[in-house]
Amino acid sequence: MTTMDTGPHWRHARGDIPFAIINYAGFLLFALVCGYPFYYLIINSVSANDISALGDVRLLPVGLHLSNYEQILGLPGLTSSLLVSIARTVIGTGATVLASAFLGFMFTQERLQNRSLWYRLVIFTMYFNAGLIPVYVTIHTLGLTNNFWVYILPAIVQPFNIILVKTYVESLPQSLQEAAELDGAGIVTIFFRIMLPNMTPILATVAIFSAVAQWNSFQDTLLYVTDQRLYPLQYTLYTYLNQANSLAQAAQNAQGNLGAIVSAATTQTPTSIRMTVAVIVVLPIIFVYPLFQRYFVKGIMLGAVKG
Amino acid sequence: MFLVVLPFLVLVFVFSYLPLLGWVTALYDYKPALGLGGSEFVGLQWFEILVSSETQLQQIGQVLANTLAMSFLGIATSLLPVFFAMLLNEVRSTWFRNTVQTLTTLPNFISWVLVYMIAFSLFSTSGLVNTTLHDWGLITVPMKFLDTDQHVWLTMLAWSLWKGLGWGAIMYLAAIAGIDQSLYESARIDGANRFQLMRYITFPQLMPTYVVLLILSIASILNNGMEQYFVFQNAFNREHIQVLDLYVYNIGMTGNSLSMATALSMLKSLISLALLIAANAIAKRARGTSII
Repeated sequence: MTTMDTGPHWRHARGDIPFAIINYAGFLLFALVCGYPFYYLIINSVSANDISALGDVRLLPVGLHLSNYEQILGLPGLTSSLLVSIARTVIGTGATVLASAFLGFMFTQERLQNRSLWYRLVIFTMYFNAGLIPVYVTIHTLGLTNNFWVYILPAIVQPFNIILVKTYVESLPQSLQEAAELDGAGIVTIFFRIMLPNMTPILATVAIFSAVAQWNSFQDTLLYVTDQRLYPLQYTLYTYLNQANSLAQAAQNAQGNLGAIVSAATTQTPTSIRMTVAVIVVLPIIFVYPLFQRYFVKGIMLGAVKG
Repeated sequence: MFLVVLPFLVLVFVFSYLPLLGWVTALYDYKPALGLGGSEFVGLQWFEILVSSETQLQQIGQVLANTLAMSFLGIATSLLPVFFAMLLNEVRSTWFRNTVQTLTTLPNFISWVLVYMIAFSLFSTSGLVNTTLHDWGLITVPMKFLDTDQHVWLTMLAWSLWKGLGWGAIMYLAAIAGIDQSLYESARIDGANRFQLMRYITFPQLMPTYVVLLILSIASILNNGMEQYFVFQNAFNREHIQVLDLYVYNIGMTGNSLSMATALSMLKSLISLALLIAANAIAKRARGTSII
């Protein structure tokens, strides 16, 4: 949780009460608008499928059951997508955390010749890229299309993360490193023994940012991957969504009225498939986010300072 | 010393600078199967085609209009996070403030695919909104919120606000927490009320942060990204949803005109670069340090 300063304590003045009521109401409304869709997905994924397909599950689950989650794993490609998503999140996060830590540290080292030039070259890529197609052609030429490593390699060096780490290292006391240098430690030893343990707070921030980015990533699959075995969950959700979409559309055109798909409570409908997969995709975020919120906040604050 | 960072610099070079070589494909009729050597050299043909025919010009014009419209709508609403933060700061209950913060920043951390999934669940013809309105007897025929060319720009703005507003405010909340409290105290001694404090102290104190972000957003006016528009695009709304990034994707990857798409993204990159340099110069003047 972020603990912001509660601000000055106001003396009561005329207009304070109406203002407070409107203010609270406004935020309550917006918080509901943001939070309710997630709740809606969850209650629909555990409700009777024939009722959820009608769109009649709004406030509480109807005909509670968990069989959607058992059945969903039998869907074509879902298990492998789950594995791909987990693999890219774990490997990608690990790689970028190490790389950001190392580069962020190295860019503070005066011993690195031309360090400001290299630093600028890296940061520049945050604002400038050659364009979708030239990057595609490059990746294709390198043989990275339909290759798992296309999820990892281009994402290892992240300028924003490097800015975060560099700023953090600059705020650490110089004496840490100097003492180790006097003992004759080399740069690699200093990095692993001294700096890395002292960087954990900022690395947690970097890790959580990149884990979310990897878990949510969709565009790289769209551009570079056609092999279904390499689809991550996000992309599989997208394909289900499109199929479910056309299914529902066809059913509606045939029946000519709202919500014509009627089936037993546990038979899969396009709605139940969509909702259940969506919950599987979003659940890790919902659970992880409140726990790590302060790391996100710290990240964006540091990032904003450096811009 | 240099050798230990070299592998990482190679990665940056390969994925960010090497593709610049790919710009030459704009001069060829590039077919991936044939490679550059096998493709026909056509000179500036694609650039000419971009501006040659009436229909092509019209299409590009529409795409540019969409791109700029979405960017300007984003810039026009860029003060909302500032107000959000200022108002949330007036909420005294800590748990209420923290709950609001958690719920309103959550959408920032889901993918656009999932946002579309939510949009579909709520707003499709058989979605929550239509069934509810139908049950209440307010409509008889489902309203088309998604499969329509009406108000596309505003709908897209609404979704990006839904996703980004709470998160955008976080930084300003942090900035508010850092404002020197003695400013408030002396103003209160002078008899300033709550609204005057907000107007004359909090707001001006947030402006430096805001201006930097504003300058950056001007530099990236052509870069809307494509994910949001890609997931929301359909046969009905295509004309008004195609921003430059999506258009490049559509003609390059699905229309198979790689070379023309390259020509277009090359122009886009160059204009963006010019904008970035300009923004950098402005930033240097405004606050003394550059953004890159």
